[in-house]
Amino acid sequence: MLETVIREQLAAVVGGKWFKDDPESLVSYSYDATPLYQAMPDGVIFPGSTQEVSDIVKICSKHRISVITRGAGSNLCGGTIPLQGGLIVVMTRMNKLLEIDADNLTATFQTGLNTKQFHLSVERTGLFYPPDPSSMIICTMGGNIALGAGGLRGLKYGTTKDYVLGLEAVLPDGSILRTGGKLVKDAAGYDLTRLLVGSGGTLAILTEATVKLIPKPSYRKAMVAVYDDLQAAARTVSNIIANHIFPCTLEFMDQPTLQVVEDFAKIGLPVHAKAMLAIEQDGSVEDVERDLKKLEEICLASGAVQLNIAKTPEEGAKVMEARRSALAALSRLRPTTILEDATVPRSKIADMVLEVQRIAQKYDVQICTFGHAGDGNLHPTAMTDARDPEEIHRVEEAFAEIFEAAIAMGGTITGEHGVGIVKAPYLEWKVGEAGIRMMKSIKDAIDPHQIMNPGKLFAETRKRIVFQERTEQAGRDSASDQDRKIETS
Amino acid sequence: MNSTHEKLAQSLKLTLDEDQLTNCMRCGFCQTACPTFIETGLEAASPRGRIALMKAVVDGLMEPDESFRSQMDLCLGCRACEPACPSDVKYGQLIEQTRAAIAAEKPYSLPVRVVRKTFLQGIFPHRGRLKLIGKTLSFYQKSGLQKFARSSGAMKLFPDHLQQLEKALPDVTGDGLEELWSKAGLPYRRETTGSGSKLMVIPASGAKVGRVGMFRGCIMDVMFASTNVNTVRLLRQAGFEIVIPEEQVCCGALHAHAGEMDDAKQLAGQNIWAFGEANVDYIASNAGGCGALLKEYDHLMHAEQDKRLQLAAIRFAEQVKDISELLNSPGRPLTPIQAESANKTVKVTYQDSCHLRNVMRVQGEPRQLMQQLPGVDMCELQGAEVCCGSAGIYNLTQTEMSTTLLDHKMEHVEATGAEVIVTSNPGCLLQMKWGIERAGKQRGIKAVHLADFLAAQVRIEDVGE
Repeated sequence: MLETVIREQLAAVVGGKWFKDDPESLVSYSYDATPLYQAMPDGVIFPGSTQEVSDIVKICSKHRISVITRGAGSNLCGGTIPLQGGLIVVMTRMNKLLEIDADNLTATFQTGLNTKQFHLSVERTGLFYPPDPSSMIICTMGGNIALGAGGLRGLKYGTTKDYVLGLEAVLPDGSILRTGGKLVKDAAGYDLTRLLVGSGGTLAILTEATVKLIPKPSYRKAMVAVYDDLQAAARTVSNIIANHIFPCTLEFMDQPTLQVVEDFAKIGLPVHAKAMLAIEQDGSVEDVERDLKKLEEICLASGAVQLNIAKTPEEGAKVMEARRSALAALSRLRPTTILEDATVPRSKIADMVLEVQRIAQKYDVQICTFGHAGDGNLHPTAMTDARDPEEIHRVEEAFAEIFEAAIAMGGTITGEHGVGIVKAPYLEWKVGEAGIRMMKSIKDAIDPHQIMNPGKLFAETRKRIVFQERTEQAGRDSASDQDRKIETS
Repeated sequence: MNSTHEKLAQSLKLTLDEDQLTNCMRCGFCQTACPTFIETGLEAASPRGRIALMKAVVDGLMEPDESFRSQMDLCLGCRACEPACPSDVKYGQLIEQTRAAIAAEKPYSLPVRVVRKTFLQGIFPHRGRLKLIGKTLSFYQKSGLQKFARSSGAMKLFPDHLQQLEKALPDVTGDGLEELWSKAGLPYRRETTGSGSKLMVIPASGAKVGRVGMFRGCIMDVMFASTNVNTVRLLRQAGFEIVIPEEQVCCGALHAHAGEMDDAKQLAGQNIWAFGEANVDYIASNAGGCGALLKEYDHLMHAEQDKRLQLAAIRFAEQVKDISELLNSPGRPLTPIQAESANKTVKVTYQDSCHLRNVMRVQGEPRQLMQQLPGVDMCELQGAEVCCGSAGIYNLTQTEMSTTLLDHKMEHVEATGAEVIVTSNPGCLLQMKWGIERAGKQRGIKAVHLADFLAAQVRIEDVGE
């Protein structure tokens, strides 16, 4: 609970209606889409402008109150869990699309803007913003930028970080920073834009962004290749890349994933197959048709047993939509679904899929694998039950080993979900001691009082933590016990 | 924790399905489908938020206080979150379990209690009383009393939303389907089953494609009895023999949504028996709200001790179809009055009935039936899948949210330029009529039930066998 005087100051900034600290509000902002994590904030605030954000941060800075920025709460790294209490700053009121600049091919918006709405607005003008995370119907552009979101089109078009040209952000002392601009080239000093992209709310609150747009491809066509052998599917991916073709989407699903997605979407997926690739190409009609022909040949030569080419754009869209719902559909198998995003250089896809299978067997856990095979970003997904601590422990051990395997192959612990709480214990594995030291110095220089999203990015432990006790209030009331109960029961 | 909260928390721990609570993985995909989240932007006013609140109470993290209860009341129960949920969480069951616990543990405020008791126990289950209200309404409308009430300003004594609702009421006669049918001199016969149940049987036109039990509904049969007549005329024309079991009662949907589960089960038992006697292939509903509960009688009765009743409930649920489903197939195609070459003369839009769409999962059929008519220009309504705010007695108990939703709905309706709003449920129909009143569009737009709209657009031969 915040002191009365602070509550009054915060309410004065946004108006009483937009500051809340009743039990209902605190509970409803104590979680995000990450399984196993929940902790109670001390207040929730909904700013309506950059100036309000700045005023809020100044108050928090003065009183050393933690600030946790939140969009839609759809992230999978525990990025918006208020581990040490504090103030949740919900950005969804700041959701205006400020400008689509057709001369410079850029868009500028407030960061609470919904990603799907943004896509629709951009595409209405004949332009295109490729990053399309699976949660795009609910997530916000600010969240995408803060965690470096990817999506299904990474192979050909890159991810969020490749599109952000400029940012407006409120720093931990309340000052307002503007970086970059509508510029393709900008060599003025440190690249602060890139520093803030993926910073996960640990350095600043992002309030506005300018991103680059590209012309919308005029034509797209999708196909599905079915395999009765997992390695043949993985081999196909390597062969496609080796033949210098870059499909806009190259998605992989294994059999358990196929079965549940079909059960959910009912679009006639081959549920008896061992693996499926969903491939889509976009561009001019000639280029797409030519690439699809070549892709057909490669799939067959690599061992595909069946090929289906979408007859209509709607049919193609349905396949991609089904793939988009894979994560959530998997959760039908067991109560708890833990999805990771270990990523390897794409030439290593086949090795990585086999390694995940071996590790799942070793720890006796059920892991389905699907993902953005074209860019090496797999989603090994464990189906488990949060109420069984022993099984959860085995899942964690398995994931630790999967991360280790990914890094050994030259990969990374996270391709597109961000570090947050979940990957913090493994960050050093990826960036090394010098990397951690540099990141910590940056953090300390910008946020000396550690008020911006504390507990994220940096952690001591190597093992995945199931829950974290609130240090601040422990003992004062039973909140920490209750937190623990909710996380492990 | 105060004692009422504690009792409610205990009862929620016992009633809420823990598996369903755990199955919610908090992905949030439900949120953009939720009308109250769209309007408020607050996590707590979304399905994910409400489930988190329920779980917090079960886990002892939060008391089920006043705000908890009002958040549960704010849910329309439209269940748009269910088709959106990839994990197949049965949100409708969770909210009903929560409301049942609330209804059992803590009294509502006096005005809400009066509305609930009057409608749920005093009126809906009693056909005689409903008809009496119908007759009274009829007298009110015909005698000049309505005119007097409006012109004298007497209606101004009532709150705004009741004044507007009163204007939206259809003309009623007090006669139900059976009376209207027999008074019109249309063909039928009476049958009595072996155990003495009385049935009204209406023959099919031409070759018979099936035998359909007509669920006439309680409000439907008083307020919209002529719609019931048109429903039967359409079904006949499509080749169905229609059976109307006299012993059928209110479906119990409003009771179930308000947490009065015992009442709902009692009504369900009576209907299952009445239609079981009628020996039909299908049970036709022309009200999405009723049809959805009828379709879920199997779930409602799943804990029933009497195994035979439990099995009968499963069979009953399988037989339930919306009229738009039956008319599409196995019904024979209807013949439009207007020729194929006709110009598109009527501009029409369609507002989904939430429960028809989200629970019965019927959304294409009503649209197809209208698109097949050469003279009809069917314009899709933006946000047709979002609740209109009627939601049973929600528009009486949660007037503010209900009118906000309705006003936004009317903006979308006006954007289509349609002259007719077609709906598939009496609650939605009344709400849309109310919306037209609120928007001051009585001259430009009218709201009609799908059955009435179709009956005016296709050839129907009302002659006997």
